[in-house]
Amino acid sequence: MTNSETKKDINLTLKVWRQKGPDVKGKLETYQAKNISTDMSFLEMIDVVNEDLILEGKDPIAFDHDCREGICGMCGCVVDGRAHGPEQGTTLCQLHMRHFSNNDVVVVEPWRSRAFKVIKDLVVDRSPLDKLIQAGGFISANVGGAPDANAIPIPHDTAELSMDAAACIGCGACVASCPNASAMLFVGAKISQLALLPQGKPEAAKRAISMVKTMDELGFGNCTNEAECEADCPKEISITNIARLNREFLKAGLFSTVAK
Amino acid sequence: MNWLFNTLWSSIGKKLFMALTGLCFCGFLTTHLIGNLTLYAGKDAFNSYAEHLHSLGPIIPIAEMGLLLLFVIHVLTGLTLFYKNFRARPTRYAVNKNAGGRTIASFTMPYTGVILFSFILFHLLQLHFIDKTGTTIYEIVSDTFSQKSNVAIYCIVMIFVGLHVSHGFWSAFQTLGADHVKYTPFIKKLSLLLSIIFGVGFGLIPIYISSIL
Ligand code: HEM
Ligand code: FES
Repeated sequence: MTNSETKKDINLTLKVWRQKGPDVKGKLETYQAKNISTDMSFLEMIDVVNEDLILEGKDPIAFDHDCREGICGMCGCVVDGRAHGPEQGTTLCQLHMRHFSNNDVVVVEPWRSRAFKVIKDLVVDRSPLDKLIQAGGFISANVGGAPDANAIPIPHDTAELSMDAAACIGCGACVASCPNASAMLFVGAKISQLALLPQGKPEAAKRAISMVKTMDELGFGNCTNEAECEADCPKEISITNIARLNREFLKAGLFSTVAK
Repeated sequence: MNWLFNTLWSSIGKKLFMALTGLCFCGFLTTHLIGNLTLYAGKDAFNSYAEHLHSLGPIIPIAEMGLLLLFVIHVLTGLTLFYKNFRARPTRYAVNKNAGGRTIASFTMPYTGVILFSFILFHLLQLHFIDKTGTTIYEIVSDTFSQKSNVAIYCIVMIFVGLHVSHGFWSAFQTLGADHVKYTPFIKKLSLLLSIIFGVGFGLIPIYISSIL
């Protein structure tokens, strides 16, 4: 091996949250991640550690993942206090080990929120986000022939704003990084994505009331406009969507004919 | 009327109370500061300003009751939200790092709030709920600031006022949903400007008074 190639491998000390199940106590355990190529993703690095653990007859570290290309929203842990790690606009599966240095000590924890129970190690139950979608994160449409693509005129800027909100992959990083474990960025993105477009307007008031009610019931915290969610969101969704949620909810609650 | 209760009692409804009462306080602080600036014009100007205020009839007691109500709402709602937010994360992180959104002002809101609460009680007991017979308000103020400790307390607390307002003012607009590409940058700048005006404006008064004694 040439020098430049060996330089690419790093050794890390990991402190990983280990918890056998939802109702048992967990703790941080220390592992050595040896000879990690800086071309690997963070998840591939955990794969390597897990291979060693399996060979030693130990329980591998459980973590969520699926696409590993930053689009499905399955992965995510808090790495050194940052949801999805230190890189802006990056999911954990797309975080590369070149952003770490040799001999770094890296602390890996699951999303922390009353609403998200730890299932095992780094895997949390994010079904509360599904419940929020069920509460109103959809439109009702009669099936039939596909409508003409441009039958309803939508200004380009509006379509862009809606698409920016629709970039949300539902990973839950906003809840994890919020100092109050609030889900306002997630709900704000879903509300905005639909409320901005004509197809979403008929149910906008009902949706806002129902999603906020569900959000409160699920035990998420309250937004205090700290903007940590925006900074940690792998899709860089803006907190202007939270302002829109506030607007849509107050408008629906106080001025709509829904929920008298 | 269920709709009204459900809306106002929701998480966003509680934030609406915080925002509206907080903005009212910003309005109050503005008038309070303008009035207090008469101190720079000397004893007689300040005393006649105070007399003028008290001669306005029922407006002042009504405004005082209003402020008290807003104060109770702001403090109780703030503490409720603080408690709920604390409960929303039963297991804390071992490592906490700022992702770039938080500011000193934003993460100290509940703490600067509690300091302001204690200060407002102290301030009212010192200058409002006292026997004012045979003395003038100017004398009470200059007596107060003849003590170095009072000057120090007022100056330090005004830093906290500035911090609270620098996040609070902007945050209130965001809570109300009053966010717009054209106006939000201006509101954020105004937030900073207002906090500096309150901090420096109120903070210099005790220093000035103690310097001319
Ligand atoms: C001079 C008096 C005060 C002024 C001008 C003021 C102003 C404000 C404003 C404008 C907000 C923003 C509302 C929002 O985020 O929507 C706020 C929030 C808040 N205030 Fe005050 N306030 C004052 C006194 C107090 C006091 C006495 C407390 C006592 C506990 C307090 C506690 C809070 C809390 C906990 C928040 C919420 C912080 C957050 O959402 O991050 N404030 N205040
Ligand atoms: S695994 Fe799909 S986004 Fe990371």
